[in-house]
Amino acid sequence: MSLQSRVNIQKEWDIVGARQVGRDIAKKTGFGTVDQARIATAISELARNIYLYASSGQIYFEVIDNINQKGICMIAVDKGPGIDDISQAMEDGFTTSGGLGAGLPGVKRLMDVFDIKSEKGKGTEIKAIKWLR
Amino acid sequence: MDDKFKRIALENSDSIVQMWMEEVDISKDDNYTTTISDELFESTNREFVNVIFTSIKNQGSSKILEDFSEKLVNLGWPLSYITDGLHIFRRVTIDYILSQSEQVDSAFISNVLQSVDAWVEPIIRQLVNEYSGSWENIVSLQRLALQELSAPLIPVMDNITIMPLIGTIDTERAKLIMENVLEGVIKHNSEVVLMDITGVPVVDTMVAHHIIQAAEAVRLVGATCILVGIRPEIAQTIVNLGIDLGKFPTKSSLKKGFQKALEITNRKVETISSKEEIKNMLKSLNGE
Repeated sequence: MSLQSRVNIQKEWDIVGARQVGRDIAKKTGFGTVDQARIATAISELARNIYLYASSGQIYFEVIDNINQKGICMIAVDKGPGIDDISQAMEDGFTTSGGLGAGLPGVKRLMDVFDIKSEKGKGTEIKAIKWLR
Repeated sequence: MDDKFKRIALENSDSIVQMWMEEVDISKDDNYTTTISDELFESTNREFVNVIFTSIKNQGSSKILEDFSEKLVNLGWPLSYITDGLHIFRRVTIDYILSQSEQVDSAFISNVLQSVDAWVEPIIRQLVNEYSGSWENIVSLQRLALQELSAPLIPVMDNITIMPLIGTIDTERAKLIMENVLEGVIKHNSEVVLMDITGVPVVDTMVAHHIIQAAEAVRLVGATCILVGIRPEIAQTIVNLGIDLGKFPTKSSLKKGFQKALEITNRKVETISSKEEIKNMLKSLNGE
């Protein structure tokens, strides 16, 4: 793994910053426009979740460059309230904020690898990878 | 005591300036962008040191400090130029005064430190305040400018209105979009509103949610909202996200959306035959 960068999420406009960083990295890694849009959208969802539910957190970006695979990995970390029921949060249409409830399941469909860890009262960590094909 | 130090500093301002210039020149290489030309750097340094001396001489002359900080903001120089410059000035001046004095004990040194601090601190404070104030001013102006181009509503034809959306949509803008679109529908008596998202870089669930809400509100006041300008990559991400935009018509381009809008309002675009043809037609009519 190489090239790690971090974006702090505290204000609503930080979401735009995170998206920009992610899009730049995706472009440099060689993703096409459709995948760039997918990655940017996924970052947008993850960053917005941090902003909405945990009010502050970080998103880390990593470029994965193995012999057989290349891709972008992003990890969203917060020390927020955590998720009550992860399987419920991963259901389409479930929301606690009056939104569409498509964020987390959407990110899972947009990306290739999706891993979520959450502990109540401690925070949430979401890891998502998109492979370059 | 303080007056004595001040006199020493002011009388020997030339040598202090000399020492200061040398120090600042050294720091230039590792601190500031090399894009600043040497002449500009030199002249700004001279101005800076003049500003420092003038404000030490007549305490509380805020006008020149204000002008100077505004100039730096306009040039786009970093704030560290001001703080570094003044710290170097403090060090150089203290060194100089100490080197000029015969008997130097700890009480004397602390006196020197105290009085030089008392000259420099207010300048730092004021310059930093002015500098950040100028920036805040610029930021708030840009915010306003951004808000002005937030969500315009353009009536293109009787009953047809277009709302082009460009740039990132945040909560504040989403609110503005909703208000403007509803106000516009009533004001222009629109039957169809075309919402164009060609210029929106990312459509995530939040943006989609706001668009759906705006479209639903438009429906409630009796008009139709058509979402246009959906780029292929955006269409794919919307499908991946699982967002249902099936409640209102969508089109790939503004052109297609406009045709649809004409259809809804029972109109269509027709090409008028050219003048030449009309003349020919008239001629043939006359010939009969």
